[in-house]
Amino acid sequence: MNNLFQEKSWPPYLVGAGIGILSWFAFLTADHPLGITTAFEHTAALIEKYAAPTLAERNSYFEKESPKIGWEWMLVAGVFIGSFISSKASGDRNAPAVPPLWQQRFGTSKSKRYAAAFIGGTLMLFGARMAQGCTSGHGISGTLQLAASSWLFTAIFFSTSIGTAFLLYGREGRKNV
Amino acid sequence: MFDPIWKLALGLFTGILFGVLLQKGRVAKYQVILGQFLLKDWTVVKIMGMAVVVGAAGIYALLPTQTVSLHLKPLAWGGIIFGGLFFGFGMAIFGYCPGTGVAACGEGRKDAFAGMIGMLMGAEIYVVAYPSLTAFLKRFGSEGKVTLPQITGTSPWLWIISLILVAVVTVIISWRNRHEMRTKQMTS
Repeated sequence: MNNLFQEKSWPPYLVGAGIGILSWFAFLTADHPLGITTAFEHTAALIEKYAAPTLAERNSYFEKESPKIGWEWMLVAGVFIGSFISSKASGDRNAPAVPPLWQQRFGTSKSKRYAAAFIGGTLMLFGARMAQGCTSGHGISGTLQLAASSWLFTAIFFSTSIGTAFLLYGREGRKNV
Repeated sequence: MFDPIWKLALGLFTGILFGVLLQKGRVAKYQVILGQFLLKDWTVVKIMGMAVVVGAAGIYALLPTQTVSLHLKPLAWGGIIFGGLFFGFGMAIFGYCPGTGVAACGEGRKDAFAGMIGMLMGAEIYVVAYPSLTAFLKRFGSEGKVTLPQITGTSPWLWIISLILVAVVTVIISWRNRHEMRTKQMTS
């Protein structure tokens, strides 16, 4: 068991099956699908509520939603801890600040990579909240419930990502993967 | 403002297992995510596909026992289409999705931390813009919380059995390919 945990990677099909079974567990024990971005939305809403209360008073968001530190928030904290423990056990923690693939295309500048990550993260989360889900909430939890919205969202985001990746890297950059 | 403590503990426990699976699945890595979008590394599709097949079979098998209930997101055209475009564009630039981004932070990836601050910023923009944004998105209409079987008037098991068949065939083909590659390497 310990050896298994020290492995750097597990076969993808087994990891996928594991996530599928974990989603049964989440539905059974917490009546919740696996999802990440609601926690970010609730954190942002709590920030507005306490940092800009007058703005929050006029925001209809707070009539519709009640942001809280709940199951989903702890799920996100858990993902961080789980990945930390797993990477410690296998010694898989030496990734450079600028990923090699990015470096070959856009150079070694850390600030350039951080700025791109920041902008990418901003757009991604904004999109996730418009659609009410992400790769987990729609891509896995929604599609496994056969939700029409989730299959459409997954098709749109995947093809947009493929198009963007080819725009960024082209056929030449693709050879470096 | 807080869920009861048992529920918080349950969320943390579930999250730790999720984090371990994402890290061991190698999807908390920029190279693997971009490799998928450049159609060279199929790890992401393998993991997502298998999670959906196993998850769907289990959840739909449990439904009649009334121990689980469905939590569907509405098919709101504006939110899903614009959201999907923003999400896909942003994710390819960032190189991680929200869940794998958090896992990448756990793995000590500094660029993922920068993206995490961006994600909080994106959520903040959404919350602040909520009143006008939802009014705009509503104009595109919504089909409500519907499943593919409901829309097509078919049994969910028709979909699930088809998904299982696709998964089984894909796994068999990829195992055979790997076996063939190995025997080729041994003979040469």
